[in-house]
Amino acid sequence: MSAAAAIAAAPADPLLSVEGIHTYYGKSHILNGVSLSVGRGEVVGLLGRNGVGKSTTLKAIAGLVRVSQGAVRFDGRAITALPAHRLARLGIGYVPEDRRIFPLLTVMENLRTGLDRHGVSKARKAELVDKLFAFFPRLAERRNQLGGTLSGGEQQMLAIARAMMLEPKIILLDEPTEGLMPRMVSQIREIIAALHADGVAVLLVEQNVPLTLEAGERIYFIEKGEVRHHARAADLRVDDPVIHRYLGV
Amino acid sequence: MDLIDQILIQTINGIVTGMILALVASGLTLIFGIMDVVNFAHGELFMLGAYVGVLTLSATGSFWLAFVAASLVIALLGAAIYLVTLRPLLGRDPLTTILATFGVSLVLQNYALWQFGPAARKIQEPITGHFSLFYLDYPYYRLVIAALAGAIMGGLWLFLKYGTYGIWIRATTQDRVMAQAMGIPVPWVLAGVFAIGSAMAAASGVLYGPTVGVNYAMGIDWVLKAFIVVVVGGMGNLGGSVLAAIFISLLEAYASLWVSPSQAVIVSFVALILTLLFRPTGLFVATPK
Repeated sequence: MSAAAAIAAAPADPLLSVEGIHTYYGKSHILNGVSLSVGRGEVVGLLGRNGVGKSTTLKAIAGLVRVSQGAVRFDGRAITALPAHRLARLGIGYVPEDRRIFPLLTVMENLRTGLDRHGVSKARKAELVDKLFAFFPRLAERRNQLGGTLSGGEQQMLAIARAMMLEPKIILLDEPTEGLMPRMVSQIREIIAALHADGVAVLLVEQNVPLTLEAGERIYFIEKGEVRHHARAADLRVDDPVIHRYLGV
Repeated sequence: MDLIDQILIQTINGIVTGMILALVASGLTLIFGIMDVVNFAHGELFMLGAYVGVLTLSATGSFWLAFVAASLVIALLGAAIYLVTLRPLLGRDPLTTILATFGVSLVLQNYALWQFGPAARKIQEPITGHFSLFYLDYPYYRLVIAALAGAIMGGLWLFLKYGTYGIWIRATTQDRVMAQAMGIPVPWVLAGVFAIGSAMAAASGVLYGPTVGVNYAMGIDWVLKAFIVVVVGGMGNLGGSVLAAIFISLLEAYASLWVSPSQAVIVSFVALILTLLFRPTGLFVATPK
């Protein structure tokens, strides 16, 4: 795909735009000018080998890693210097790779960390929880169980459900299928579709290439802390030379 | 004076002292649990709380107003101490926070000495009645202390268990980074917890003031005992601290049947050493596997 075609595929007025960001962990340079954008309600995949900076990109967007150069814009405003808790309230939901459920809070309390915000009426809260439990009946059954006692798949559901309680405009999903059984993987696929149907944008980091190509509309390939390629998912196949080149599979 | 009577009296004394100690220690353990800060200035917050109580009482004549005023003033002081001395040190070696709070404790102690002088001040107890307990006239006020301390800790427990801010505090304790990512304003939560812990120290200072008199050094003994309690109860474990406070106070109360009260303190240290040797995670927590 030519560079012109790649640019044409990116949204003109993106919800999220990451403009040449650099990050460091101590002295090691992790992101070396990453640029990407996500449109409103768009599902975008971020592929690359291990350790190239995919997770760090998500953390930088969520405000959990300091961006030392470059800019992040979200919903029409510069957010680069805002603290993570402000970003969450602006509508950025983050689902980390290791799920990071609060282990000693119950399922319901885990959800309340995102739900109990100022300016959300009781009725609206009840509505959000009902809708969520209808979608995740397993979590409804376990609402009074401690987060740390859930299975890996249930914790992944809870991590996504918890982020949904923020009523986010975008969810940053970091390897949601890692370590899950195949049955759960297809459920993750359904969840992404449901988020998309609800108009929530998703930035998906995955090792699972077929899932990413199926769920995503556009795919960024990241290598050594930089975006090296950008394509429409429809133009890529699982055995595509591009995939081989950037993922070595 | 037979032994059974004495043991019963010491049981009541032990529980009353234990409840106050639990109130002091739960502030300490709350602060430790959420931010890994060992607050050496906690005893001085207890002492200054008692002084704010003395001043408010002499100005207004109301003990209960003094109690509330001391809690609020010291909560603000605690938040200010957090913002000025601890927040800049977050994420550094824990030793730096120990030194910082130790420094704050010296400053506050000497401020109190300079401001109020070495003589002890008296807080008049709000309830002066006695009832007879075996051969003793036992003051009702001591039971009020125990009940109030229990009520405050019960309130804290309910707040942590059910309140939105309680959930924020617990989430922050368990995973500070993820709490931020969920929109919890972690810097405010930390300052708030420091304020709550400080208010609990001040409340205990005012409650306990009438039984001992208020002076600039009164915090030292308490913070030492509170540290023993926090370790014996399991660092950062609120329920464990309450049980340990009562346990330690009962031990000391019983020991003072046979030895002088100043010697009875030794049993707390013995309990501390045995706990560290055999159950370093705390007496009242399940040993992690």
